[in-house]
Parts: sequence; structure tokens; C-alpha cells
Amino acid sequence: MAFELPSLPYSNDALEPYIDAQTMQIHHDNHHGTYVSKLNAALEKHSDLQNKSVDELIRDLNTLPDAVKTVVRNNGGGHFNHTIFWTLMAPNAGGEPNGAIAQAITDTFGDFENFKQRFNDAGAGQFGSGFVWLARTADGKLDVVSTPNQDNPLTEGHFPIMGNDVWEHAYYLKYQNRRPEYLKQWWNVVNWNEVNNRFAQASR
Amino acid sequence: MAYELPPLPYDYEALAPHVSSDTLKFHHDKHHAAYVTNFNKMVEGTELASQSIEEVIKATYGDSSKTGIFNNAAQAWNHTFYWNCMKPNGGGTPTGALADKINADFGSFDKFKEEFLAAGGTQFGSGWAWLVLDKGTLKVTKTPNAENPIALGQVPLLTMDVWEHAYYLDYQNRRPDYAKTFVDSLINWDYVAEQFAAAK
Repeated sequence: MAFELPSLPYSNDALEPYIDAQTMQIHHDNHHGTYVSKLNAALEKHSDLQNKSVDELIRDLNTLPDAVKTVVRNNGGGHFNHTIFWTLMAPNAGGEPNGAIAQAITDTFGDFENFKQRFNDAGAGQFGSGFVWLARTADGKLDVVSTPNQDNPLTEGHFPIMGNDVWEHAYYLKYQNRRPEYLKQWWNVVNWNEVNNRFAQASR
Repeated sequence: MAYELPPLPYDYEALAPHVSSDTLKFHHDKHHAAYVTNFNKMVEGTELASQSIEEVIKATYGDSSKTGIFNNAAQAWNHTFYWNCMKPNGGGTPTGALADKINADFGSFDKFKEEFLAAGGTQFGSGWAWLVLDKGTLKVTKTPNAENPIALGQVPLLTMDVWEHAYYLDYQNRRPDYAKTFVDSLINWDYVAEQFAAAK
């Protein structure tokens, strides 16, 4: 079964004014759409891999045949990362974290402000294209990590709880070179309910 | 010695409509300027401060304790080189010794163009496409992020920036359109020929 581009869980303009409708439309339809079609094309001759979920492909990336490893890393990673990314944002969201993740953030980082600072600094410091994540590490701790291009912490055995896209295409039309401002404004659209869902999955 | 941000070798409007003045303003005044500022700050008071930027690039490449210096030094150099590789009413085809060498090493100009567009199109994430002289042979290469041929012991002759900031305001996700326009309408072959002549 071919991989499919999931619909955005809200309209293109739902995250205005923090993320503009044009950015969302191009980011979802073209960037994410291209990752999905390239992933499908790459797996055409690998029927054994077509039945795996994209999560499995990324988790088991290092066991894939060399012929498809890089193309799955880039395009499977792009599909996986963006699928997560859309659900981590919502209109009328943001604000302080709630539920179990709020307590876990306080326990790990001292307070929410410290965590935000760590996350924003890691996002700004990711040279070139990539993502910044809050992940549950293999040894059960929370940590802020950044990954280049379309890599994902899952390949290293860490579970991605929340992540922000710091490829320039995620923010350039609205913020141009001002990545730190984008990182700061992004907190206005964080969907803490979904972060809590993923935190619960990570803890299983 | 401190590295100075060079002025653009043409007006902000000079490359329009292929590259807009908005893109050049952000790209030169913000991105390039930030690399230069960061580089100067990072080497200030160190032994690297007295070296040329090319020497710093070679000395810091692959040294994980100096990644920040390498990234900013190489990006400062790469952008200066990139501005010079473009001109208004550029493009066309090279002439003279460079044209002969391209034909000899790639088969034809069209073959070179095909390889160069493919390098730019397939550099995943941020980076650069290059025409280099490598031990006497012309090659098309691509490098991620800040990496450049100087660090790799090759002579850079031509570069195209494929960081998204180089084209996103004008082309969005359509990197292949930007790359084709770069080759057809922007390359300053006189400058490339000068680099080739100096390298021989």
C-alpha cells in the first residue's frame, strides 16, 4: 500500500498570524507532498518494505538495504517528521503546558521558561536545515535534541514527543532570516493535548 | 585580520527578475553579514585572527572543537564567491580555454549543465553546487551546509547557493527552476574563466 499525504488537521490559515496560510499550503502540499511521492517511488521495487509503517521504516533505518537507506532517510524522514509536526500545532492553542507533560517539564528543566529557552537555543543552533525536538531518551529521560535535515530521534532509539521544523521553508516567507523570532512565536500554536498524547505513547 | 563584508558587485535590482532585490537584501545584508560578524567575533584574540580566511577554512575543517568557526568562515567566503559568480545579463556559454576544458572533461557544455543542475537539485537540505578543478580535472560537486572545495583541497571555479534562503522568496519549493535560471541567465562566465586561468 502506498504512503499517503495526510490532510492538514486544520485550514491553511488556521495558524495565522504566527504561521501564514501561504507557508502552510506550500509546506504541506509541495514539500510534504514531494517527500511522500519520492518515498513511494523509492519503495516501488521493495514490496517487503511497502507494508511497514513509516514509523517502522525510520526506527529501523539502519537495517534497511543500502540501496534505499538514504532515500528513505530523507523522504521517509520528511514524511514522518511532517506528519508529526502538523498534529503538534493547532489554532487557539499555545500557552502554558498542561497535564502530565507540564509536570515532566518542570521536573526535568526546572520550569517552562527554562525548557523553552533550551528548545529555542537548540533550534537556532541547528546549522542548516533540521528539526529541534523534545524526546524521551532510550534511558527514559526527557531531553532537548536537534537533528539535521529530515533525521529523527527515533532512529537513535529516542521517542520524539514534540518537534519544530527549522528548515528555512518552514518560516522564510514570513520571518526570512529571523529564525529566533519564528521559534519564539511558534509557542503560540503548540497543541499541548497532542504533546500529552505523544508523551503517553513515549512512556509506554 | 578581520574579514570585511564586501559590497555586492551590482545593485540590489540588477539580477531581477531572476533573483529579486528583496532576496539580495536579505541574503547579503542579513545572512552574509551575520556570517562575517560571527566569524570575526569567534576568531578575535585567537591565533586564527591573523590568518587569511582561506587558511582558517583549511585549518578548522573537520575539527569538531572549531565547527562554529569553520561554518562561519566558510559561509563568509562562499557568499563572497557566489556574488561574483553572478552578473546581470549573465548565463550563455563560456568561451576560450575554459570552454575547451569543459568539452574535454564533460563531453559538452550541455553535459556539464546537466550535471550541475543535478548536483544542485539533489543536495538534500542546505548546501552548494560547484564546478571545481580537482588535480587538473574539472568536476561538478555538491557540499552540505557550509562545506566548500577549499576545505577539500580542490579549486572552486563556480558556485550556486542552494540554501533555501537563496531562492525561497522568489521560487519557494521550486529549486530546479531557480537552478535552471541561475545557469541560463545569471552565471558570470568571465569570472569563472578568471578563476580557471589563475588555477592552472
